Amino acid sequence: MMKGLKKWRLFSLLAVMMVFLSGCGEEYISALKPSGEVGKEQLNLLLLTTGIMTLVVVIVSVIYLLAFVKFRRSKVGENVIPKQVEGSHTLEVIWTVIPIILLLIIAVPVVTTTYKFADVAAMDEVDENGNKTALTVNVTAKLYWWEFEYPNQGIVTAQELVVPTGEKVYFNLKAADVKHSFWIPAVGGKMDTNVENLNKFYLVFDKESKDLKDGVFYGKCAELCGPSHALMDFKVKSLSPEAFDAWVDTMKATEGQTADKASTDLGEATFANSCLACHAVSGVGGTGGLGPNLTTFGDRNRVAGFLEHNEENLQAWIKNPGEYKPGNLMMNPDGTAPIYGDLSDEEIQALATYIMGLSVEK
Amino acid sequence: MSSYTQKKGFGATIWDYITTVDHKKLAVMYLLAGTLFFAIAGFEALLMRIQLMKPNNDFVSAGFFNELLTMHGTTMLFLAATPLLFAFMNMLVPLQIGARDVAFPFLNSLGFWLFFLGAVFLHLSFFMGGAPDAGWTSYASLSLYSPGHGIDFYVLGLQISGAGTLISGLNFIVTIITMRAPGMTFMRMPLFTWTALVSSALILFAFPPLTIGLLMMLFDRMFGGNFFDHTMGGNTIIWEHLFWIFGHPEVYILVLPAFGLFSEIIPAFSRKRLFGYSSMVFATILIGFLGFMVWAHHMFTVGLGPTANAIFAVATMAIAVPTGMKVFNWILTIWGGSIKVTTPMLYALGFIPSFVAGGVTGVMQASAPLDYQLHDSYFIVAHFHYVIVGGIVTALFGSAHFYWPIFFNRMLNETLGKWTFWVFFIGFHLTFFVQHFLGLMGMPRRVFTYMEGQGWDQFNYISTIGALMMGVGVIMMVINCLMSIKGKPAGRDPWGDGRTLEWAIPQPIPFYNFRQTPLVRGLDPYWIEKQEGNKEGMTYAEPLGDIHMPNNSAIPFVISLGMFIAAFGALYNPDADKPWSIYVLIIGLAITFGAMIVRSVKDDHGFHLHKEEILEIEEQLYGKGGNK
Repeated sequence: MMKGLKKWRLFSLLAVMMVFLSGCGEEYISALKPSGEVGKEQLNLLLLTTGIMTLVVVIVSVIYLLAFVKFRRSKVGENVIPKQVEGSHTLEVIWTVIPIILLLIIAVPVVTTTYKFADVAAMDEVDENGNKTALTVNVTAKLYWWEFEYPNQGIVTAQELVVPTGEKVYFNLKAADVKHSFWIPAVGGKMDTNVENLNKFYLVFDKESKDLKDGVFYGKCAELCGPSHALMDFKVKSLSPEAFDAWVDTMKATEGQTADKASTDLGEATFANSCLACHAVSGVGGTGGLGPNLTTFGDRNRVAGFLEHNEENLQAWIKNPGEYKPGNLMMNPDGTAPIYGDLSDEEIQALATYIMGLSVEK
Repeated sequence: MSSYTQKKGFGATIWDYITTVDHKKLAVMYLLAGTLFFAIAGFEALLMRIQLMKPNNDFVSAGFFNELLTMHGTTMLFLAATPLLFAFMNMLVPLQIGARDVAFPFLNSLGFWLFFLGAVFLHLSFFMGGAPDAGWTSYASLSLYSPGHGIDFYVLGLQISGAGTLISGLNFIVTIITMRAPGMTFMRMPLFTWTALVSSALILFAFPPLTIGLLMMLFDRMFGGNFFDHTMGGNTIIWEHLFWIFGHPEVYILVLPAFGLFSEIIPAFSRKRLFGYSSMVFATILIGFLGFMVWAHHMFTVGLGPTANAIFAVATMAIAVPTGMKVFNWILTIWGGSIKVTTPMLYALGFIPSFVAGGVTGVMQASAPLDYQLHDSYFIVAHFHYVIVGGIVTALFGSAHFYWPIFFNRMLNETLGKWTFWVFFIGFHLTFFVQHFLGLMGMPRRVFTYMEGQGWDQFNYISTIGALMMGVGVIMMVINCLMSIKGKPAGRDPWGDGRTLEWAIPQPIPFYNFRQTPLVRGLDPYWIEKQEGNKEGMTYAEPLGDIHMPNNSAIPFVISLGMFIAAFGALYNPDADKPWSIYVLIIGLAITFGAMIVRSVKDDHGFHLHKEEILEIEEQLYGKGGNK
């Protein structure tokens, strides 16, 4: 009877917490509303530990408040000398053993999940033709943007990660300059991008992102990396497997695409003169771009990772990137002017129109 | 020889404090310096919270925000919490064990001046080209990349003040082992002294890795060493390991003495001996030991592999067991006691639930796979502030009230103290409780701003309001301290519930502490004497006789000043346009080594205070007839 009552208490506590916690945050960024296996298991661990720990806090607080109320000097009398108790072996054993049991309850799923999340053996599996079976994305974190290379598909993009739903997506993580950390709170995370070694892990995306408020999940840099650390955001678009394959094909079709210096379009000509040295406009290629690949710029959700996606913002950004992302590498080291020099307003307008027009989805 | 008690002029007082080797005066200096840096770092926190009050705020710039967060963390841990705890350790440890001073009074003074001048050096960075901006952890890739001299200030400033901390730690270990009064066995030592001992032992083992790490960083930045430059075969993860091998024990270096302080306050105001004293001692040692086994839990996301993560996860959880033992022992001390809710007791009572809340989130983060989500989010910010503010700052504030009469022979105002507690305590929970949820909702830490529409606006606003309340609380505390100057002398055992030796000494405490060395007959010696009706408060182990005391010395200050000057030379040495810097470096080091040579060559045997002088001093302090 007593046992059943306790179980019921724990259960109701968990239920209350579930309601309370899941009421928190936005679907596209909150770790409390995960859409993916990794995030969901992490949430389960969160609920388990929070449940046990809330129980501990409640028990301690109750005993302590009880002691506090019962043994006030105003109640026991001013001149009473309490019995000077040395201690109690029985109690010591009780409050050593019970925490150990509680910790063991937590430790078992912790250890198994740790090993499970680290299992990236499937990255190397190949089918009979020698092609990799799992989707791998090479993530390179740079000051202050993200490059996503799909080595098996031979394509590359930046700032907006595109992934299929319903399968394990494996990531190779690395930083190009200083340490960053790759985090998609609503899907699971996180892992550091170190400068000297590759880190590997996987995530699963359950849900297509098109129904979300902005049509994307939010990704964050979680390791202090300089003045614009707070602005080093990226977005994640999860597509159905068919839509993802279609996207890969259109990306492949941009092979060889470039901007022409002799173009009659002022935007394209300016791009070719001032931007092309760092920013590719073809989605086929490898990692190592000096600036983000802009092939899919028109399909993206943000300018520079965080500004609203419109031409005014793009123009303002091109005019003075340092104002929006302090310390970013589009500026001369002394911070006075962009490395491509000052462009005229007319050039910037044309450039913004051209860049906005770069798209594989429209 | 009434010169010991004569009023001195202003200049003479300053000189007295610069040259003093008296542990009580050094304690006051630690208290003042610690409070100063606490105020500075608190102000930095307020600036950051105002910046984060609303989305897209432009109150401070991105670069300056990084300087603020770096200096807030560095200052609070190294230059505020550490010296404030040293203030209590310096004041109380010799008194609690019945000693006339620490084992090495000269080193005590040297430790203070190294800490203080190192701290001043670090803070001068704000006015000399920019403060360090790579976080208090100063992870190597970012700190090597960071332009300007900010990180150099960090490296040199911490190196100097860290040397001071290490010296003080050594001093306490030797003091506690060798200077205990007759009868003061290890298992009769007050728990604060025990925690001071364990914490000093942690300093002894934890600071060398930091020193080595800082030295490597210094070589990388100044002489083109390549310890952490991965393009030249270095490795930045080594810095992370070195930093956290120091950094995790550092948390226990701070929190153990805080536990010790509460272990004094709670029995006093419960009128009951500490429940489970021996298990408390055992738990303290166990926490100290385990503290060295868990550093990689700060690095779960670094990619150390599942085996390392699993081992460190379980080891970290294990720390919850001795910590839980402590909490239950405190509660059982209250149970069956006679609780008087004074301001220090109020802090102790507020501490228990706050600290438990901080501890349990620690267990959550020890769960490695869950920590992948929590790490570097606002959840961790909430967690460590619950531990540090809920655990250490409440201990410092509570003990300031409790021990103010020992420091200054004055009481702090109780009514204002209680108001301060409530303002600060409510502000604290308001600030940090919601930050748990901000972290779970995806907000990374160390961000200077955030965009609208991520669901974070409301909680950030609440958090800032809480921070402002904490600021008001601190100001009230400082006002209370200032008001006490005009207060009445508190006299011996003003709380009426003192249990340990420090309360048995007549006030004001003479500079030699104990006229006769006391004989300790059990745990809580003063309580025993009081229960037996001994008006004297102590049983003496020796007849009244000559006392051997150390001489004052300006040498510790000069040694530290030399280091301070040399640091500027080292800082500017890599700059091509500052050829004079090498001379500054040489002059500074010459001063330091010169002073060391003087110290080595000159014999300083201290002096003897004769029986008659002692009686004369006591008559002047307490009037005719001895103790008042």
